[in-house]
Amino acid sequence: MTRSRWGWRMIEAVGLTKRYGAKTAVYNLSFHVRPGAVTGFLGPNGAGKSTTMRMILGLDNPTAGSVTVGGQPFRQTPNAPRQVGALLDAKAVHGGRSARNHLLSLAQLSGIPARRVDEVLGVVGLQEVAKKRSKGFSLGMGQRLGIAAALLGDPQVLLFDEPVNGLDPEGILWVRNLMKQLASEGRTVFVSSHLMSEMAVTADHLIVIGRGQLLSDMSVRDFISANSADFARVRTPDTEPQLREKLSAALSEAGAHVVPEPDGGLRVMGLPLPRISDLAHGADVRLWELSPHQASLEEAYMRMTQGAVDYRSTTDQKAGLMQQPQPGYGPPAQQVPDVPQQGWYAPPPPQPGQHPYAAPAADPRLPAGPAAAVPAAAPAPADPTKPEDPR
Amino acid sequence: MTTPYQHQGAPGAVYSSPIPIRRAHLGDAIASEWTKIRSVRSTIWTLSVMALLLVGIGLAVAAAITTSDANVEDQPILSLGFFGVLLGSLCVMTLGVLTVASEYGTGMIRTTLTACPTRGRVLTAKAIVFFALVFTVTLALTLFVGVAQVAIIDQGSPTTQEWLRSTLGVSLYLALLGLLSLAVGSMIRHSAGAITIMIGLVLLPLVMAMFMFTESLSWLQDALLEYSIPSQLGVLYDNSVTQSGPMGWEPLWIMLGIAAVALGAAYTMLNSRDV
Repeated sequence: MTRSRWGWRMIEAVGLTKRYGAKTAVYNLSFHVRPGAVTGFLGPNGAGKSTTMRMILGLDNPTAGSVTVGGQPFRQTPNAPRQVGALLDAKAVHGGRSARNHLLSLAQLSGIPARRVDEVLGVVGLQEVAKKRSKGFSLGMGQRLGIAAALLGDPQVLLFDEPVNGLDPEGILWVRNLMKQLASEGRTVFVSSHLMSEMAVTADHLIVIGRGQLLSDMSVRDFISANSADFARVRTPDTEPQLREKLSAALSEAGAHVVPEPDGGLRVMGLPLPRISDLAHGADVRLWELSPHQASLEEAYMRMTQGAVDYRSTTDQKAGLMQQPQPGYGPPAQQVPDVPQQGWYAPPPPQPGQHPYAAPAADPRLPAGPAAAVPAAAPAPADPTKPEDPR
Repeated sequence: MTTPYQHQGAPGAVYSSPIPIRRAHLGDAIASEWTKIRSVRSTIWTLSVMALLLVGIGLAVAAAITTSDANVEDQPILSLGFFGVLLGSLCVMTLGVLTVASEYGTGMIRTTLTACPTRGRVLTAKAIVFFALVFTVTLALTLFVGVAQVAIIDQGSPTTQEWLRSTLGVSLYLALLGLLSLAVGSMIRHSAGAITIMIGLVLLPLVMAMFMFTESLSWLQDALLEYSIPSQLGVLYDNSVTQSGPMGWEPLWIMLGIAAVALGAAYTMLNSRDV
């Protein structure tokens, strides 16, 4: 999907594909990233985010397709470290080297004055430990060191792979503001994450992938409106069930879509809250609850990627490991009723035609629903797309 | 909840850095590699152990010969440095492998190659810095040990050729052996694996030759003995295991050829593989 109103395409991928043996990490991925905005790169673990990042930086060669930064493949970019800065893996430093020497060697390699090292150490707040060996750094300090390395060349394109991993709340806030500030200076900021909640408050634009394929490419605002399913929860007095029926009928008559909830409440879609209240008053029904609910981006994202999750957790059955209860003793085994969590309901899928992010149904490579995903959801023991794999 | 879509006024106002942009070159990469190699402890440790081995063994052998009043006139005095250098070569190989393979082990290589996408330049800079470091250190150590041995034993003085080969020649040979290790480290990308391969390369030919008793294999046995790395090192000291095979400065050219081929292969692989 392209939009002509983005005049600039700092990062542009066309038909990017990467296979590792039989495993396809990224398949036919096309997108572009524009300057002056934070672009979030979202996807479940193993979706191909890191592989894509490595291909952008010319570290991995694509099996097919191409990706350019500023109009050129990264490896042909002159003064590359002054154009592009990247944080790929916070642990990608020699632990025996001090933070300052690590950055100094990178600055020297890029032809950047050595005093810039102390500057970026100040920016990320690591001056105190600049002379300490990075082996003793916490994950958060490692992330800060990686961000310092990315900022070293004062580049116009910045790539961050999971930058908030291991950061404390203060650090997360700092990274969030840093990204926004960098983007407001006219830089291109491309941030990967598997946390929708983080991206929702950081990014202006979202690129969502699953199983190495594009699921969505749109602004956060469009994403919300395409996936929003606002509804009101209404509860009538439990003691008088007939009031519930009465209200339900009145609301349906007014054009609302009413769905009963398992705890006796009603989920009302399509009517504003004051109107619901008026209708209830008109029908002479007392309300115990009338509350607005908005589908979070997290929910929309979960629904979008549920068919594209590689690593799915299951309930720990402890099959055959538990002691068999003696017959006749103890309370009889009770079926625990399935009580849904209050306040969390996956919104219904958007209407057809409203979800431009959806993968084309004709493509058999991407299972569209959880049922189709079951055979492929078996855990793959070795995932070559992850940088933490020993090579 | 979300930030406005347009942050800055003019759309397309791409950021440009106020820091003057200068095109990086090989000199920058050499400075960077020098910073890297001097700022890790493994460099200090391997070179310290090497110094200890060269000086310690060299002086101990000399001292043992003086105290036992053995007549060593049929043997060049400088060749007493051989044992120390042979053991010291293990340190050089280890350091050579670690110079490249540790970057793969830690993942630093991705940071490095992001900062310098011209991959060949990184490997060239590593090779130059490592070669210069090993050559300088070995030259200083072999000179010191040689002078000390001649002074302690005090039986005749070596010729200029002997001096040159046992100091300059041996230092160049060790530095080239180190380059071979560096190239192997770059190809194997795994410290322990590459070090094992290098130690095997040094020791296996001699060990294998020991078990080749049959007549039909004697040519192979001779070749293994003559061209094994310890024997070639011995040739530089006029202290060869056999009387045939490479003579004079020849071991140096052989090692130069091997190291060049290995480095060439390392370049090709570095440029084509994913990191």
